[in-house]
Amino acid sequence: MIKKNAKLSSIYLFVVFILLYLPIFYLIYYSFNAAGTMNQFDGFTLEHYAELADDIRLLTIALDTVRVALISSLAATVIGTMGAIGIYFARKKRAQGLLLSLNNILLVSPDVIIGASFLLLFTLAGFRLGFYSVLFSHIAFSIPIVVLMVLPRLEEMNPHMITAARDLGASQWQVLKEIILPSISSGILAGFFMAFTYSIDDFAVTFFVTGNGFATLSVEIYSRARQGVSLEINALSTLLFLVAMAIVVGYYFIQKQNTRKKTLAVDPTNHEKAVMP
Amino acid sequence: MARQRKLLSVPYYLWMGLFVIVPVLLLLFQSFRGLDGTFTLMNILNYFTSPVYLTMTGQSFLYAFLISALTLMISYPAAYFLTKTKHKQLWLLIMILPTWMNILLKAYAFIGILSQSGMVNQLLGFMGIGAQPLLFTRLSFLIVATYIEIPFMLLPVYNAIDDIDESMTLASRDLGANEWQTFRSVIFPMSLSGVRSGIQAVFIPSLSLFMLTRLIAGNRVMTLGTAIEQHFLVTQNWGMGSTMGIVLIVIMFAVMALTRKRQRGGIR
Repeated sequence: MIKKNAKLSSIYLFVVFILLYLPIFYLIYYSFNAAGTMNQFDGFTLEHYAELADDIRLLTIALDTVRVALISSLAATVIGTMGAIGIYFARKKRAQGLLLSLNNILLVSPDVIIGASFLLLFTLAGFRLGFYSVLFSHIAFSIPIVVLMVLPRLEEMNPHMITAARDLGASQWQVLKEIILPSISSGILAGFFMAFTYSIDDFAVTFFVTGNGFATLSVEIYSRARQGVSLEINALSTLLFLVAMAIVVGYYFIQKQNTRKKTLAVDPTNHEKAVMP
Repeated sequence: MARQRKLLSVPYYLWMGLFVIVPVLLLLFQSFRGLDGTFTLMNILNYFTSPVYLTMTGQSFLYAFLISALTLMISYPAAYFLTKTKHKQLWLLIMILPTWMNILLKAYAFIGILSQSGMVNQLLGFMGIGAQPLLFTRLSFLIVATYIEIPFMLLPVYNAIDDIDESMTLASRDLGANEWQTFRSVIFPMSLSGVRSGIQAVFIPSLSLFMLTRLIAGNRVMTLGTAIEQHFLVTQNWGMGSTMGIVLIVIMFAVMALTRKRQRGGIR
């Protein structure tokens, strides 16, 4: 009886596994298709990759995307870490709760709301849509993620360390640099990683605030996909899949070094990613 | 001492004020403005009296409900079986990895899979059913949205089941319950908190997935998200768009309140 159940459950898991990965490998498989469509495999070719390498417009957009992601995640990590420290040291429990719920509003809001309200903000402020509006929006939606990653580390920190350091004559700055920052470094790193990948993958918010002159990869993929199948996108997805896997594996190993037995938790945001804090 | 720490978080407060409080207020403010920029209640009145908007909202709800139900039906057994595997953490990681792939690319993959001569239709033809129009239908929207949301249901349900103390199931077996009884009266009730957070993680985004309705459903499905995007970026009726934005925010809080974790005292 139990044997039979075990077999059934493995089959079920296997089917779900196949279903989850099928679309991704479907894309990758047809990126090598000489026929140029996504349904009849006519022979192996790398021409779509060559096409991709020659596509100056797409490469520029890819670089822009990475630029936005790097700058925004760095800025968000700095501001978010300082914010988390601020929230942690907020004396009154009520102030702390209020700050946290404010932080969470941006986390759980649907992308459409964030995008639309930022569009309102930029337009009414007379801010031109383009690189900077996208950058500021990305910083804005990444900060709460950083706070979320850093705050648990702060709570795990031994508060007596700070008192002891102060007793021994450390300045405020030294306490921050020698005690607080080292003990929350894994959280800061995790926050940076998450902010970076959110920024790279964001579509909805960017779509609202991007204007005409500037595009990120997601926006470009969207407009190309609306025109139909182009195997150049398939080639691009192979590369992006490899990059994403590299990031996850890298992240996994870095997190593993500062091992703490933690189960995976759901991403409380609606940014379409599942995380391992 | 405390002042310096406060100074440290000033950029954070400024940023949050500018990008959380101000935008929400602007959205609220804009919802009271007509097309000509004057103060009006027309948007809200229009929204709640127009059958078009109300049907759209109802449909959006229905789809979000169906997507949540489908993801739950697929993810629950998967999560349950996952907790029983060896190396369960690794398998879980593998199951949620696809979320790290760009969502638009996954949607784009389905343009190929569901197309007239795509994989599913080839399979249907092979089974003698014949090709069906799949892409740009409501069904395709349900399929793709479910596909995208499965990991977000799987993860919280898995965590909830995995958190159940093993002595509970052992005790139940000791007391003579069979596997099914143990599942029904011990594991399932104790995993409901995970189901709640899973629904929360799936339902709200399902209301607002606008790129899928455009790419996959060929505008046959109108969700709240699609409508908001259309009012802001296509018809430029920002007042109405903001009104629907406010409605979506209200719904979001309602869903969160309904699916909130029960107080600890509730657990016996």
